[in-house]
Amino acid sequence: MSPLLEAEGVCKSFGGLQALSECSLSVAKGSISGLIGPNGSGKTTLFNVMTGYERCSEGQIRFDGESIARATPERVFGLGIGRTFQITRLFFRLSVLENMLVATQRHEGWLRGVLRGAGSAAERERALELLEFVGLERLAHTPAGNLSYGQRKLLELASLLVADPSVLLLDEPTAGVNPTLINQLTERIRELNRAGKTFLVVEHNMEFVMGLCHQVTVLHQGRTLVTGSPETVRADPAVLDAYLGGGDDDDDF
Amino acid sequence: MTARIPVRALGVVIALAILGLFPLIFSNPTDTTIAVFTLIFMVSASAWNMFSGNSGYIALGHAVYYGCGAYALTLLANHLGFAAGWGVFALVPVAGIVAGLVAIPTGLIALRARRHTFVVITIAFMFIFQLAASNLGFTGGTSGLQPPTPLWSVTTYNDNFYWVTAIVLVFTVALAWAVRRSRFGLQLLAIRDDEERARGLGVRVGRVKLSAFVLSAIPIGMAGAIYAYFLGQIFPQFAFDPLFDLSIALMAFMGGLGTVAGPLLGALVLESLQQYFTIQSGASQVYLIIYGALFLAVVLLLPRGIIPSVEELIRNRRARSAGGAGSGPPEPEDRGAGVVKPAGVA
Repeated sequence: MSPLLEAEGVCKSFGGLQALSECSLSVAKGSISGLIGPNGSGKTTLFNVMTGYERCSEGQIRFDGESIARATPERVFGLGIGRTFQITRLFFRLSVLENMLVATQRHEGWLRGVLRGAGSAAERERALELLEFVGLERLAHTPAGNLSYGQRKLLELASLLVADPSVLLLDEPTAGVNPTLINQLTERIRELNRAGKTFLVVEHNMEFVMGLCHQVTVLHQGRTLVTGSPETVRADPAVLDAYLGGGDDDDDF
Repeated sequence: MTARIPVRALGVVIALAILGLFPLIFSNPTDTTIAVFTLIFMVSASAWNMFSGNSGYIALGHAVYYGCGAYALTLLANHLGFAAGWGVFALVPVAGIVAGLVAIPTGLIALRARRHTFVVITIAFMFIFQLAASNLGFTGGTSGLQPPTPLWSVTTYNDNFYWVTAIVLVFTVALAWAVRRSRFGLQLLAIRDDEERARGLGVRVGRVKLSAFVLSAIPIGMAGAIYAYFLGQIFPQFAFDPLFDLSIALMAFMGGLGTVAGPLLGALVLESLQQYFTIQSGASQVYLIIYGALFLAVVLLLPRGIIPSVEELIRNRRARSAGGAGSGPPEPEDRGAGVVKPAGVA
């Protein structure tokens, strides 16, 4: 099957640090793909490059065959790629519902944005439905800053769904989230995937990745080490080396 | 929630009634002069808040648009041969549009920077415009310009200006309210909280920020135009006045940044007091010390401003409706030394 989202030979350096070198990744349509690797292996940088937050110095990013290597984050989102952040980012002084409504302007001109109220009845209803989907509907009018860490993660995910993106890039969705919420999150991702959404998930939680993903890519020192099914990746000696101290990095898992 | 809307509507009705009745009750020219200045600052603080309060980008150069409005009205009235009288008021919206047009390039440049750098650039623009007005030929240089002066009696003069400014104020507040409840306003608030994430949710931040910037310059240009026509003369150091920037920012901060009512309240209190003391004591610079102290007090004691603090207080009271041991509102104390900025030559 043709890849929906694809990175090819991507290089990115910050000063003398080569964060990504010749890194490649492809995400098949309708799949849940995992992206793993030790800390500092370039996962978040790759996310940033793919979503327009950083420019790659070399290489190509394609979404549905179209190059998006030079696109701004606004445009990337407009095309249907939503992302969450490693350290959850919300609009903390806005209410949970308002957070949900920010993304609804997707297909709208500027003037209409000025003239129309923030969220039509239908959009509010849809936002509330999505909040119910992640179990936050009771908190719709609470300031987002009052949510617990796990709830923030759920809200961040739900606020992307408002715009109905076709691909969701999740950066460490389970970090700092309690096991019950992780199960809930896994269920939601599966459900969305069955409904046709494609996922790319960066994670350190191996149980979560191996249980959820159809395909896993391992990054190591800015390079793609291996790509394959969870079983192949788990058994690959190079991966074990990268994680368990075959090199000079000090990662524990 | 249900009780809130009638309370708000009632507030609006009362405010409009006071606005309409004021010159009928206080017809003394001294009072109406204070009122006209107060309305001018209410317009300015409200318009400034539309951009800075909602987006979190604290602009300290909106005097540029105030001055451009003042000069635009004066130059147009003089060069197009407007007779003194009601006709000149037709130039007030034109002056607002001129200010808005000036805000496009200046805003584009200033908004390339974030937060602190942005503030510095806006201040720089203010001084550039002040210097330009002092040195260019068509602005009359340091001796300034005089718009036509209407030959109305003192009372009529003030009343006419009062009504025109009141209309501009109603327009500005309606605009501020519309922005606040619109999708565009939500995008501005999102930018205030986290600009990068707003981009990641498809908010075209450049466009949103610039249009809010321009939108906020227009009423300020109109206020500047009324100011010029009301005073009958303009000088570069008063049209492009750094104290104007500090004043409107303080008014908005004190009343409540990012609220519709806050800047209005702040301007109402501060400008009327300032005008009153100036007229009473004749010492026109004393207020600067008070402003400095007040700024410190607001930032230290009421960082969110009066309106949000009072709202929260009411909410807390309601939440523990039985408790009689609620502490009173924190009262700002005037302690600490205010920083006195050198003012333009008085």
